[in-house]
Parts: sequence; structure tokens; C-alpha cells
Amino acid sequence: MNAKKIGKQTVRLNEGVRILAAASTVGKKEGEGPLGKYFDKIVEDSTFGEKSWELAESHFIQENMELAVKKAGLKMKDIDYLLCGDLLNQCTASTFGIMNFQIPFFGLFGACSTMGESMSLGAMLIDGGYANHTLVGASSHFCGAEKQFRAPLALGNQRPPTASWTVTGDGSVVLGRKGNFPCITEITTGKIMDMGITDANNMGAAMAPAAVDVLLNHFRDTGRTPQDYDVIATGDLGEIGHSLVVELMKKEGYNMDESYTDCGIEIFDKNKQDTHNGGSGCACSAVTFCGYYYPKLMSGEIGRMLFIPTGALLSPTSTQQGQSIPCIAHGVCIEGCGEKGVKQ
Amino acid sequence: MDTSKRAKKEYDQMVKKASPNSPIFSNCLKAFISGGFICGFGQILLDYFSKSFKEDEAALLVSVTLVVISAVLTGLGLYEKLGKHCGAGTIVPITGFANSVVAPAIEFKKEGLIFGTGAKMFILAGPVIVYGTFTSMIVGLIYYFVGR
Repeated sequence: MNAKKIGKQTVRLNEGVRILAAASTVGKKEGEGPLGKYFDKIVEDSTFGEKSWELAESHFIQENMELAVKKAGLKMKDIDYLLCGDLLNQCTASTFGIMNFQIPFFGLFGACSTMGESMSLGAMLIDGGYANHTLVGASSHFCGAEKQFRAPLALGNQRPPTASWTVTGDGSVVLGRKGNFPCITEITTGKIMDMGITDANNMGAAMAPAAVDVLLNHFRDTGRTPQDYDVIATGDLGEIGHSLVVELMKKEGYNMDESYTDCGIEIFDKNKQDTHNGGSGCACSAVTFCGYYYPKLMSGEIGRMLFIPTGALLSPTSTQQGQSIPCIAHGVCIEGCGEKGVKQ
Repeated sequence: MDTSKRAKKEYDQMVKKASPNSPIFSNCLKAFISGGFICGFGQILLDYFSKSFKEDEAALLVSVTLVVISAVLTGLGLYEKLGKHCGAGTIVPITGFANSVVAPAIEFKKEGLIFGTGAKMFILAGPVIVYGTFTSMIVGLIYYFVGR
């Protein structure tokens, strides 16, 4: 086996892959949330000047990816591969969003774990010597997701307290080889976990075991504990999923202390914004990482972070047929700049 | 992580404990008041229309009026705000039925008049119509043989 593989599910990137820049563009509600001031751009209009929500999502992707590349001081032609995905059927938001870039493209579907998946694969492409720069990201749109997975927006129904709120926006990063930037050092790829949860209005509970499985394997493979990280952030488990992760990890003998949080808890104020369990969707972890955590990694405030976007791989058809919800999580270990993090 | 049957059962219990329930009492109370209000308003309309129309025509006009009001409120994006608080109170009366037709009609406008609005208009109300008609047939049959 290749020396880069450590343990069962983790790879260690030899030299580390640098995150040269991160950009986040979000919708109005996200802009009004506690992380509002950290995002690069807030778009008030839910259709972003387009004629449908689906095209609006593509617009989010296009503008935000252009911004990420610009922040990295690069041009689109410098990017070797583009990897991204979204929640719409056949990932059309991504394909319509990036088609004008004319960059070799891998379309991904990992549901809300897509940011972890795209960062993992983008980093592996660079570490493997297949690319110098990759552009990776993930997006979602509240209205488009509701339309596809739930009920029409104008329907007068009640959302249960366990439901979460799909984040509107796009988060993208540019990965490269050199420079004094935060560094992806390890990748722990998740496997499908299904603990039999069938309630599509309780995704946090469905996804928590997938996050736990990645955490356990990451700690076993690297020999570390939760206390070796300044921040451990899961993707969109919300309050319920977060508490279940803490409980499940306790059973396994790990103490998830205050350094453990969830992007779905951070992004909204659940009391003021009526978001119930918290934020969700591909963009939840993507924009929280790009807007909130990346600058902290850059400044050295965070030395080592374990970022674990989580995804529920259900479809409206599988739900209607009464199937349980298969879930996945992707762990990415990032070391910040400065003394606490990796030596550049 | 353990994914055995026993672990799944245990996890199910953990999830039930961790997941908050909907506030049933306050939801019922709000539904009772709002649903009652709509029905009371319907009665006022019936009394009004009965002055100038026959009873069955007046009843029809009440339904039409309530449906139109609900459809307009849905179009203005207000019915969803009412529904959030009123729950079953705004779903069960005929206003809820109108909302369930107009909401998808608006939502799927982008897919065109035929495959969008036309095809999707009854995705929610369709089952109500199908099983409502079916139930009335059964009740009619029972009445035919037993009730007369």
C-alpha cells in the first residue's frame, strides 16, 4: 500500500496542500445571521436577478468562484481542475454555473458533505501531482431545495422543531502547492452510514452517526484525540445532531469538549431567525468554512482544525418509498498558519 | 461505529430523547381558534348571502369567497405566514385546500403552463380529491343499502 495511506480511512498528504484563497457568497437570511459580517458578499434578491431559483444558484456559483480565483491572485486559465456539486437533480446548478469557465470538471454529489468531498479530491489531485491548482466548492439554495425535497414555499404548513433550514450560497476555495497558507494535511474519507432513521425532517439525527464514524476513524488512524484540535466542526447536524455526536463519542470513550461545534449551529441564530434545528445544505459548511474559519486559520488563531461536512444521501423517491436515510461525512484536517499550525 | 440491529435500536431511543416534540397543546389551541374563526367568518358570509340567494346557492358563494380570499393571500405570500402559526386551523377548512392548489401552481410556473402549473397544481390536492371522491362513493353505497 502507498505510504500516504495511514490506518483504515485516512491519507496523509506528503507536503500538505495549501488553501490559497476562500470566498463565500450568501443570501439575505445568512447575511442577517451571526456570521453575516464574515461573508464576502450578501445577495438580497433570492433570484439573484435570474428568472428561477435554480439559475440563481448557478449565478451564486459563478460569481463566487470568480471571486475565489481573484482572491488567490490567479486567472481561470491557471486552474487545472474544477470540482463542485450541489443539491439539485443531476447537479445542474453546478454545471450551468461553471460552464463558461471552460476548465476540466469533475461534478460531485455528496449532498451536504460536498464541500468535504471536493476539498478532499481537489487536494489529492494536487498531492498526486496531477494538478498545480484546483478550484473546489459547494452550493445550495433554500428555495430550490425546498421545491425539490419538500413542499412549495407558499404552502401554509408547519415545520417541525427537528427540521433545519437550507443555507443559500456558495463557498469555494482555491487549492495549490506553495506559500504561507493554511494547509490540508490529512483526509479521512467517510463510508455510508445508515442507522435506520427515516424521518427526512430530522436530518441531524440521521447524519450524526456518519460524523461519528469519521471522527472515530480519524482519531484511530492518526493517533490523536479531540483535544489535539482547536476546532472540530461538523457540517450541518444542528443542535440535535451535535448533541447526538457528543453522546455517541462519549460512549466510545472520547470527550468532545467546547472545541467541537457544528456549522449549522454557528450560521443562524435559531431564536431570532426561526431556523429550528439549525442550518443545512451544501452551502452551510462551505460558506461557514470559507467565511468564518478560513481567516482564523490564515491568521493563526486556529492551529489545527478538523472539518467534517455531513451529507444525507436521500432522494424524494427513496423517502416516499419508505427507505431509511443513508448518510456520509468527509473529514479534512487543516493546519493554520503561524506557530500553532504547521511549519511552512 | 457499531451498526448492529441492537445499536440501531439503541440509537433510535437516543434520537427520540434528543429530538424535541412539536408543542401539541399550543398548536391545538391555535388551530382551534383560527379554524373556528374561519368557520365563524363563513357563517357570517352565509347569513349575508342568504338574504339575496337560495340556501344552496348561498353555501356555494361562501365556498367561492373563502377560496378566492385564500388564493389571493397565498399569492401575496401571506397564507404561509398564517399557516406557520395556525397549522391545522388554516389547513383543514376549504381555505387550506385552495392554498394547497395555488402554492404548487405558483412554485412550478417556471416549468411552463403545461408541465409546470398545469401538471403540478394538484400534487397536494390530488390525493384529497381522489380519496375524498372514493370515500363519498363508499358512504353513498352504504346509504343506498342501509340508510334508506
